[in-house]
Amino acid sequence: MLSQRTVARAWSSFLPSSAKSYTSAGDKGDREALTMKYAVREGVAGTSATSSVQNRTKHTLPDLPYDYNALEPTISAEIMQLHHSKHHQAYVTNYNVAEEKLHEAVNRGCVRSIISLQGALRFNGGGHINHSIFWQNLSPNGGGEPTGDLKSQIEKDFGSFEAMKAKLSASTVAVQGSGWGWLAWNKETMRLQIATCPNQDPLEPTTGLVPLFGIDVWEHAYYLQYKNVRADYVNAIYNVANWSDVGERLEVAKKSV
Amino acid sequence: MTFTLPELPYGYDALGPYMSAETLEFHHDKHHLAYIDKGNELIVGTGLEDMSLIDAMVAAHKDPAKAGLFNQLGQHYNHTHFWNWMAPNGGGKKMDGALEKKITEDIGGYDAFKAKFIEAGMTQFGSGWCWLAMDNATGKLEIVKTPNGENTVVFGKTALLGCDVWEHSYYIDYRNARPKYLEAFVDNLINWDYVAELFEEAK
Repeated sequence: MLSQRTVARAWSSFLPSSAKSYTSAGDKGDREALTMKYAVREGVAGTSATSSVQNRTKHTLPDLPYDYNALEPTISAEIMQLHHSKHHQAYVTNYNVAEEKLHEAVNRGCVRSIISLQGALRFNGGGHINHSIFWQNLSPNGGGEPTGDLKSQIEKDFGSFEAMKAKLSASTVAVQGSGWGWLAWNKETMRLQIATCPNQDPLEPTTGLVPLFGIDVWEHAYYLQYKNVRADYVNAIYNVANWSDVGERLEVAKKSV
Repeated sequence: MTFTLPELPYGYDALGPYMSAETLEFHHDKHHLAYIDKGNELIVGTGLEDMSLIDAMVAAHKDPAKAGLFNQLGQHYNHTHFWNWMAPNGGGKKMDGALEKKITEDIGGYDAFKAKFIEAGMTQFGSGWCWLAMDNATGKLEIVKTPNGENTVVFGKTALLGCDVWEHSYYIDYRNARPKYLEAFVDNLINWDYVAELFEEAK
């Protein structure tokens, strides 16, 4: 059984800096606890398979926090099953392969190989990060409106919840090809911001923005149900948005530097 | 010029079971039409309105400010050919002599073509296309892949054959199994007559 510190260390390179960088010494205990919470919840640090030679953990597919049919009628059971057990699983599997190759290349000191792996790491690692957030961002008990600090922050930065949704939807629908739309926290400006990323580029490593709520607009996320009408899917997804999870992420993001 | 949706060269059910009528209805009638409509909308005021599709597409690709327009024109070009790159009873090792010889010379033969073409399609991260193209400078055949609406034309290579690997092209029929779709495309759908036509023109 790995120590909490080992898992936290293995996980820390994948953590959003929001959960990593607490400045207050008094927060150190909180930080490790939070690190573990993110690590286990978002499945980015696996604990089941360890290479004892390298003391490295393989990444694993996190469980869906609800049944495949739980988000119906907004997202069908068939889509959820394919999306989680096939697409996300493939990112996890292929990321483990890429990471293994990376370690071999590092051990050999082969810079060319290390560099040539970057695409696969970004694509599969990003896919794993993005989808791990996505399953938490959605809930069968979701929908309605944000409350508390998230509500106030949205009103401050967008004017209203409706205005925020309109901006997020428009940007997300307009993504060319495959990608994600995000409601994000900008640590520099201390404001909420809408952003998009192509393919599986993960938001924080790519832009520095902290992901709060993501909308997957790869066609596999909606095609079987919504076909070419991406806008209908994007408009519907708010029905299952887990604003409580989004609010928690904002809280963590605000505490970090 | 105002771009218009070309008719499918066959019935919607003609490519079954490898590509369903449902897929073709959405792909042709909705997706391709949307690229055309949006392209016609975005081209207004760009100064490219009187150009041919290829000229406008190449010009738009060169200008980062016209990226949105390029996406539409590129996809219109790609799909216009795509419907012709497929035919009922297509696929397999059925290309004519001159093309087969060239494929052997430059790619290593039909089996090598099949393996490399499928590999290109499988490894295009996200949306895009895989291609058999002829480099205009060297005259050599190559297998390449491009993201989203890009094509080989904007890189100085004539597109001889392309396969759409956006998920909308295969998800209804193959779900996440992109490799199975690519295999079905190569084994059963490629219209080698059209590829040969384009090859002759390009030579």
